[in-house]
Amino acid sequence: MSDLRELYQEVILDHNRSPRNFGPLEDADLRADGHNPLCGDRLSIAVKVSDGVVTDVRFEGSGCAISKASASLMTEGIKGKTLDETEVLFDRFHRLVTDRTVSTVDPELGKLAVFAGVRDYPARVKCAILAWHTLRAAMTESQEKVSTE
Amino acid sequence: MTSAAQTDSVHPGKTFDVERIREQFPILASKPGGRPLVYLDNAATTQKPHAVLDTLSRYYASQNANIHRGVYQLSQDATQAYEDARAAIATFLHAAEPAEIIFTRNATEGINLVAQTFGRQQVGEGDEVVISTMEHHSNIVPWQMLCEEKRARLRVVPITDTGELMLDEFVALLGPRTKLVSLVHMSNSLGTVNPVRQLVELAHARDIPVLIDGSQAAYHMPVDVQAIGCDFYVVTGHKLYGPTGIGALYGQRRWLDAMPPYQGGGDMISSVTFERTTYNEVPHKFEAGTPHIAGAIGLGAAVNFISGVGFDAIASHERGLLEYGTLALSGVSGLRLIGTARDKASILSFVLEGVHAHDVGTIVDTEGVAIRTGHHCTQPVMDRYDVPATSRASLAMYNTTGEIDQLVAALRKVREVFG
Repeated sequence: MSDLRELYQEVILDHNRSPRNFGPLEDADLRADGHNPLCGDRLSIAVKVSDGVVTDVRFEGSGCAISKASASLMTEGIKGKTLDETEVLFDRFHRLVTDRTVSTVDPELGKLAVFAGVRDYPARVKCAILAWHTLRAAMTESQEKVSTE
Repeated sequence: MTSAAQTDSVHPGKTFDVERIREQFPILASKPGGRPLVYLDNAATTQKPHAVLDTLSRYYASQNANIHRGVYQLSQDATQAYEDARAAIATFLHAAEPAEIIFTRNATEGINLVAQTFGRQQVGEGDEVVISTMEHHSNIVPWQMLCEEKRARLRVVPITDTGELMLDEFVALLGPRTKLVSLVHMSNSLGTVNPVRQLVELAHARDIPVLIDGSQAAYHMPVDVQAIGCDFYVVTGHKLYGPTGIGALYGQRRWLDAMPPYQGGGDMISSVTFERTTYNEVPHKFEAGTPHIAGAIGLGAAVNFISGVGFDAIASHERGLLEYGTLALSGVSGLRLIGTARDKASILSFVLEGVHAHDVGTIVDTEGVAIRTGHHCTQPVMDRYDVPATSRASLAMYNTTGEIDQLVAALRKVREVFG
């Protein structure tokens, strides 16, 4: 059971039960849909950006506890950050859930550190990372648009 | 309930002893992660008995040679073993003759073979192919590809809330443009066993040929392709307690003779010049290149193993497990079974209220129980029941009621974690 609690931390279970920033976001500047076909997880992420800073972000969809909690905590974690800072946070989070050689948790991750247990469950890494990939897709698409306009 | 008690209660007066069966599967005695393996993912693949493992090892250690080529003894022996395996599968499926059995990589390849040969020959623009909502993706996508190429139409027989084919709708879909019906014998995500004999009769009454996907059915119940009357029947070796990478397609001789080859290469020809190639006889016409010789021989050993245990005993044991499991799972709070057809076998697909199937799978795994979670390559079934995924325990001849108890205990752990 102790192992399991490492994965299903209270914070994760709480965000699964009552996800934050859940629901539609009108007038979003960036949007993307993410799909994890293996699990059937589906997420939509909508972001409002002002002067390169994430001013609001919300998500919708359905998925397992890990993917839902990850999306919820991600929205909390990136609000108020610049798009560049968000990208850096993505990399830190990615390392957290995939790199089994690192034993200490990056302090910059804050609350997101609750996902450290995921690295011991390789089959679940995709669940934890789905929201972040979807966010990146939303940001990349928009930046491409910006650069071509 | 102990396994000894189970032997008595499930099989009064029968010789089937699940412990004796389990002894024949070495992996069941292994302890991955330091605890006994509770393997309940048989619909994905079954474990392999000594009879199959020993055959594979013996083949490579003392019989290995290419087939249908050498004049030397070893090659002739290998050829004989390969053709004996074909005959064993013909007997297992009750085909009229061994030549009606084509070795394939798996059931998927069997379906693709029919789609790309028979299908391309018979299906034209505006024609229709009929499948059902409960098909595995392998019995959907090859027909979609064919229909796209030929500008034909794919028609889908709906299913009821319990997971049964709607027979009236099936009959209504059969029309003058229907060139083929392709249906699953037993659903991998619902456990439903379809009335294949009746379905074939209904289609044949309109001169429509029928392919039956026997991937799941063939290791749970006796299959008699002549009694079913189907034109084609596909199986996969790794679900028949046999090796991966080998399967078989049964086809009625008259179709096989008339069908064009599937792939070109060695062994499928009788003569080759740059001007013209004449094709070999069936079944070799459909087996281009060096086949999975060891796999075929291993599959022959697997079906002989199944026949040795006997479907009477297997079906009776598995029916007992299914009844026990259905009752035991219904005692888990918030659990809903998906797939409750009157005629079903060996599959317990379910959702737990408020918990995603992947979380169920992970927690159950930490308790040492291997089940499958996800859409089981049947996304239209998930859509039909409006669930993103299900958890699925699928049972085989070596499973016990004790293992089902372990699953139920593990599901209680899920409830502890998720409240």
